[in-house]
This record gives sequence, C-alpha cells and structure tokens, in this order.
Amino acid sequence: MRSGSIRERFARWLFRVGPPERAPIVLGQRRIFVLPSAPGFAFATALLVMLVAAINYGLSLGYGFVFLVSAIGFVSMVHAFRNLLGLSITPGRAEPVFAGEVAHFEVLVANGREARRPGLRLCRGEGCSPFSLAPRQTAGVAVAVPTTRRGWVRLGRVILETTYPLGLIRAWSVFVPDARCLVYAAPERDPPPLPASRGDGLGTAAERPGDDDFAGLRAHRAADSPRHVAWKVLARTGTMLTKQFSGLAGGDLEFDWADLPAELGEDGRIARLTAWVLAAEARQQPYALRLPGWHSETGLGGAHRHRCLERLALYGTRSDAAPA
Amino acid sequence: MPRPPETNPGARSPAAWLLATAAVTLAPHALHLPLWMSGLCALLLAWRTHLLVRIGAAPSRVLILALALAVAIGVRYEFGHFFGKDPGVALLAVLLCLKQFEVRSPRDVHSAVLLSFFLQLGLFLHDQTLLIAAFALAGALFATVTLLRLQDGEAPTRESLRSAGLMMAQAVPFLLALFLLFPRVPGPLWGLPADAFSGTTGLSDSMEPGSISELILSEAIAFRAEFTGAAPPREQRYWRGPVLTAFDGRSWRAVPTLSTATPPYTPFGPRYDYALTLEAHNRPWILALDFPGPGAAGARYATDLRLLADRPVRHRTRFALTAYPETPVGRFESPGALAIARQLPSDTNPRTVALARELAEGAPDDETILARVLDHMRELGLVYTLRPPLLGRHSADEFLFDTRRGFCEHFASAFVVLMRAAGVPSRVVTGYQGGEINPIDGSMVVRQSDAHAWAEVWLDGRGWVRVDPTALAAPSRIDAGLAAALPQGELLPLMMRPALSWLRAARHRWEAVSNAWNQWVLGYDTLRQHELMRRLGVAEPDWRTLSALLAASTGVLMLLLLAWAHARHRAADPLDRAWDAFCAKLARRGLPRLPWEGPMDYAGRVAAALPTRAGVVRTIAAAYARLRYGGNGPADPAATRALARSIQRFKPK
Repeated sequence: MRSGSIRERFARWLFRVGPPERAPIVLGQRRIFVLPSAPGFAFATALLVMLVAAINYGLSLGYGFVFLVSAIGFVSMVHAFRNLLGLSITPGRAEPVFAGEVAHFEVLVANGREARRPGLRLCRGEGCSPFSLAPRQTAGVAVAVPTTRRGWVRLGRVILETTYPLGLIRAWSVFVPDARCLVYAAPERDPPPLPASRGDGLGTAAERPGDDDFAGLRAHRAADSPRHVAWKVLARTGTMLTKQFSGLAGGDLEFDWADLPAELGEDGRIARLTAWVLAAEARQQPYALRLPGWHSETGLGGAHRHRCLERLALYGTRSDAAPA
Repeated sequence: MPRPPETNPGARSPAAWLLATAAVTLAPHALHLPLWMSGLCALLLAWRTHLLVRIGAAPSRVLILALALAVAIGVRYEFGHFFGKDPGVALLAVLLCLKQFEVRSPRDVHSAVLLSFFLQLGLFLHDQTLLIAAFALAGALFATVTLLRLQDGEAPTRESLRSAGLMMAQAVPFLLALFLLFPRVPGPLWGLPADAFSGTTGLSDSMEPGSISELILSEAIAFRAEFTGAAPPREQRYWRGPVLTAFDGRSWRAVPTLSTATPPYTPFGPRYDYALTLEAHNRPWILALDFPGPGAAGARYATDLRLLADRPVRHRTRFALTAYPETPVGRFESPGALAIARQLPSDTNPRTVALARELAEGAPDDETILARVLDHMRELGLVYTLRPPLLGRHSADEFLFDTRRGFCEHFASAFVVLMRAAGVPSRVVTGYQGGEINPIDGSMVVRQSDAHAWAEVWLDGRGWVRVDPTALAAPSRIDAGLAAALPQGELLPLMMRPALSWLRAARHRWEAVSNAWNQWVLGYDTLRQHELMRRLGVAEPDWRTLSALLAASTGVLMLLLLAWAHARHRAADPLDRAWDAFCAKLARRGLPRLPWEGPMDYAGRVAAALPTRAGVVRTIAAAYARLRYGGNGPADPAATRALARSIQRFKPK
C-alpha cells in the first residue's frame, strides 16, 4: 500500500527510526515523545467548559480550581516523561522456534533510579506487555512475535510507553533493538519413515541383541516391529507403546538433499529433512545431514540438532552463514 | 439480576478512592440540594461502601438506569426545568453517586473523576469561603489519587498519596502564574439563567413596617470599608441606600431618578478616602458614605444622592471612593421633586395630620416647624425596640398615639408624615448606619444588622438636611450601635450580646482572614490585575502583554520542572551510594561503568586500563559484590562503612 509506505516513511522521519541500534539503548530527552491520551483530550475539553462556567458566573475560585487541575495535567506530563527517562534497554536471548510458532524475544529494561517505575508497557504491533520496575531493577520483558517463514526474524520496531501517573498523558519512545531470532523451517506434518541407515538398515539392530538397552517407551507406529511392543503395558492400560532400545539406534542415518524426489521443491525438501532430524533426535539415532555445498558429521544431541536445523532454516537465504 | 462481585483487588482500589472523592465533594453540596436528593446520595454512597467492604454483588444495570431516570424526573418536578445551575448541580451529584456502581473499565473511572471535578467547581456557586476551598482541594487530591491508583495499583497507599501531593505541590507555581496573569474577562459571556443570583440579602427599594427589623437579625456582612486615614466619627457613618419618597399610607417606595456622571453638588469640608468592598446584593446601588465625591470609577451619581453602579452588583465588588460628609446638598432642588416630597395620601393618618397642622401653626419658617416637631416627638416618650407591635392602616397614628413603641423605620416614617403634613418637603432614606472596626486588620465591617432608616428634610437655603428621629428615643443607637440602644431584656442577635465578647474577638480574627481572602483571592479582577501589573512595572497591561507574560512564566516553570525530572537522585542505600561514588570517580577518569556491567566485569576492565590500580579496584569491587549479593539480608553496616572509607581514599590517578 502506498499510503502505508508514506506513513512508514513519516514515522521513520519523525521518530528517527533507522536500522537496529547498538545496545544499550538509553532513553534520553530527545527520543521520548509526549502527547495527551484520549482521556487527556476529554479532560482538556471538560476543563475548557469549566473555565467558561467560571468566567460566566464570575467565580474567582472557579478560575483557581480550573487552573489547579490544568496545572496538575501539565505536571503529569513531566512525570510521564520522567517515568521513561534514563531507562536502558538491552536485547536479551530469543530461543529458536519453528515457523508458525510465536517467537519470544526477551528485552531487558534496566531502571538505574532509586525509585519505582510503574505502569510501563512494551509494545510491538498490536500486542503490549505491561510491567513495572522496582528501584534499580532490571527486568526481562517478553515480546511475542508471530512467525510465518523460516530464517532470521528481527524484533523490529518496539515501543516502550507509559500513561503513568494519571492516564491523561502518553509518553513513549520508539526503538529498534538489535535482536533477531532464528526460525526453523516448519517440519513436514506426516513425513515418510526415516531412510534406511548406511549399514543394513533397521533390521541389523535385531541381530545384535547383546546391545539392547531398554531406553524408554514411545507411541506405537504402524511400522514398528511387533517384537518391540510393550505388551504388558498394553494389557494394563490399553495403550499400544513401543519399547525403545539404545542399541537399536545403532544404524547411523544420513539425510541427503540429493536423495529426495525433485518434485518436492526446495521448501518441501527442507520441511522433510527438518522432520527427519526431529524424528532421529526423538529416536536418539545418530544422523548426518547433507545439503548442496555443505554436510555435517554424524552426530546427535542439542548442538548437532541446532546446527542442522539452522542450516535448513537459512538454506537459500541471503544470510545463510551462521553467526559467529 | 445481581452481577458477580468484583474480585480483582486492584480494580477495587481506584473504586474506593473514587468513593472517597465523591463523599468529600458531595458533603458541602448536601446543604444546598433538596433534602430527598441529599438523602438519596448518602444512601447510595453508604451502599457502595458496604459493597466495597464486603465485596458484595453490584446492583443490576437496569436498577441503576431506572434510578437515574427517576431522579431526572424528580429534578424536573423539584426545579421545574433542567437548565441553570441548581438543577444541573443536583443532576450531576446524583449521577456521580450512581456512577460509583459502574466502574468496570478505566473509562468509567475517568468519566466519574470528570464528574467529580465539575461538582468541585460547582461548590463555588454557593460559597467561596476558605472552608469550601479546602473541601474542593481535598476532592481534587482524592480524584488525583484515584487516577494514580488506576495506573499503578501496586503502589502502597502512602506512596500514592505522596505522589499526588507532590504533583499538587508542583502544580501550585503554575496555578499562581495562571491565576495572576490569565486575562480576566469581566461579566458573564452571555445571559445567565434567572436563578444565577438568587438568594442575596440586603435592602430593597421599598419599606414597610417590619422590613428593616427583619433584616437586622442577620449577621451577614453587607460591605467592608477600608479608610486610608482615620475613619469618620460614628455619627457621620451614614451609608446611603434607597431613598424612599412615594408613600401610600403604609409602605414607602423609591421613585425613578436620573443619574449623571458627576455629582449634583460641590464637595465641601473634610474628605475621607476609602475602598468599599460590597457584597453581592443584586441591586445597582453602592452603599456609599454620604456624600460621595467625584471620580468614582464604574459608578454614576443619582439625583437623590445615591451612588449607582453601572449594573447590578452580582459579585463582591471593590470600589475606590471618597466622601465629603459636610457637603451641603440639594440647595437647588427642582420644584417637581419638592412637590413629590410633600405628598401624603389624603385619607390616612388623620391624627398625625391634625397634630402636624397644630405644630405648624404660626411658624415663621420650616426650620421652626422642624424644631417643634422634634421637640414634640421627644416629649411623647417613644420607646426604641426591636419587637414593635404590629401596626395597621394608619401606621403613623398608631405609632405616635397608641403603641409608642417602634424601630427606626417607625420613627423615620412617622417623622416624615408629620413633616409632610406640616408642608415641609421630606423623605425617608434607608441604608446602613455605623460599622465596626475590626481590630485585627483595621477594616470597617458593616453588617445587615446595621441597617437603618432615617429622614431628610428640605430647608430653603440649606437644601436636604439629615434628621435621624431614632436618636430622639435612643441616642445611643447612633453613638454606640444597636446593642447599646435597646432596652435591657430585649433579645439581641447572638453576636451582639455583651457576654459573648470572646466570641466576638474570635469572629474578628476569622473575619480578618476571610477579608484578606476576599480582597486578594476572590476579589482578584481586572482592576486588581492591572494594579498588580503596574506595581510590577507593566504600564499598560492589555491581554497581549498578559498572555506573553503568562507564556514566559509557564515556560520558565516548565524548564524548572524538567530540570527536576533530569536530576539524578542520590541512592538511598549507603552501599549503593558508595559504589556510585566509586563509579563516578572512574567515570571522571574516562572509564564509566556500562549499565549492564557487573562489579567484577567492570573491575576487570578497569584493572586492564589502570594496571597500577588493579589491586585496589579488584578489592573494592569484590567487597561490593560480596556485600551486595553475598548475604540474604541487608548488607553489614560496619563492612559497608569500611568499604565507603576505602572508596573515599581511592584515587584513580
């Protein structure tokens, strides 16, 4: 929309909002804006009516009263301004999420003053998180950002606002913290079973019973061998579960981009590989990932999982290099 | 159907403060509202208190609406209309009470607070005393706390009160600047409803037996006078009100007169300068001391020697006046006016008329007649009393021959009837006589109880001469006031009783305070504003100058307030204060602590930059970290003091 872009440019010019700013962002006088809120305008109108009444009836104290209430309004403007003045903002961590989930950015707001800062709100888009700061407190405020696509999502423009003390004045500051969150690709909903391992496939595990170490139970899948069904549990609870054995994971998996059918397309392949990585992690079965121009060692566990999912998330995007 | 109770305690807090606001605001209104409305408001507020304390179910919206409708009908029935201040205030008062039950959203609270502001302003429609101002101020404070609690429900009550008090204190300089410099607009902007000035007391332009003795029971202040030099002697303190010339046998009425911009006489004799602060009486006459000199601003001179304001005095108004009590007046009175001053209705007071004719018999001139009439009245043994018997159609006859007991209006009326029957032009003058100097501030206070009626006789070559027939029976009325003149046992107005002198002293003190309040706060108008500006060196203060001054002074105040907002407050905790001092020392050395930097990280960075001080810096940082984050309770005071000392000794260079 053209008008939207003009508005955006206007906001950019007015609020001097540009690229992400270096932390910490300290709210100084030049970046705090103050305007009456909707109730503030209602109060101003009412005060005008009251002033006319005082003039009309020649009430000297009426003048005084109207002036007092207006002066309290003025003063509340400075108090609202002061409630934001000197706050320092540092972006905190944001845990990766899968596309379609809500990313939670943590923003650290530090109060260096020996006094409370009540009635603060951190807003992004439509949603606001209210919070208060105790004297000298630093609080982490979570800002929810819905995600749709894989890759990096930036926190973007955030508004810290307050209508303290009287709700008649809104003071706010706009800033762009340097915060980004990795969004993994959404896994394919019903992926086909994991490809055969590099050895003799799943069957080899059964020929090595000595390695079998009971590792836990998981929901039964149609492809599971009847030998691994937890019959006792089925008899007791009526739920069909599969016994997992660590020894069973012996066969190392390799997920290769090139092995996938071409008709899936880029996003389809990424979704399937993501789903397989998750499945392999769930089964505690070591896996390797091979993408065009990159491949991982065989591995298992949080760090390996993250490395693979990150590659998949950033595949084909401009910033596909992992941050240092 | 009852609705579920409000469970959120945070939502209850503004509601409780809103209730307090309403109670403080409406308490003084209760005296002026119709009884049933005051009762209803008290009931509603009590019910609300009960609900808040016991967390009961709120009444249904339908019930509230029905009540509002019923009250609107009641107001229509009580006042006959919806417009004007009284029905308006009454409606708002009940609305504020009903709104107490409808505070679900912040918006509801905001509109209720607005209502309370309107009603606090409305308090001044009845009364602008210090006490009422205190009520309005308390109401505004509570309203501010209500708004604060709405934004910040977690704060302890004391902190909210302190914040609201701080904001009010910071608002006072702005209030003063606005009050002193805001250009004052004289008079109403448009026609006011008829009830705008109802309920003012004072003299009227007619007099019948009993009208002044009714007024005299009122202790209300009629006006105050501040003399620049000495005040005139008591027997010259005649403050002229309506001059009554037309007589129908029972009541006296004023006749229309002309008025001019200059006095119709030449001032003569000693001059008294004074400022007269007249209470609103909704009449044009200024109760000036006889006889006003030329140059009274905003007033005209009537041919019957009254001073008239340009419009009815509807607000307490201050006039700068002069008086020349010994001026001869009316020497060249028109024959028409003299003819009216001789008229008597033919069929009334036959005995008085006969007596007058007898006294006038063979008199060489009017002065002789006057002397004879006064002598005769003195011999009659008339008694001055506050409670005269009721008189019938021939009031002068009954007073002079039958009852012989009367108040000043009886004396004046009977005297003028006698004089007219003898053919001498004469008339009744009403006004005030006397006045008491308040020893605290030296101003003269004249009350409704000083209301008086006297007479004027026109003598050839001398003009209108004042004659006070009351002095014949009670000379002390003129010399010492009402209390001295009345016979023993007569029921005096409370404050005039000699036994209550201590009460009078207290009243003097209080009235001096409220006079200052009236003069400087309530009486602050265009004139006073200009006077103040001239004193400040602004020669011709028009609205442009005033607006510029106002903008400049509020600008300066705003800057001061911003400076306050920027001021860094010293840490309350001695440990933090010491650590801040340490960081400040290093910051001056070019190594400020970054806001997110912990003590150990900071010490590491500083140690790298200042290798010679590395040991000391690390020791201090470690001690601070141990004291700050080590224990569970507050830091050990002795160790804190030791740390503070070592920080004091620390030199980063």
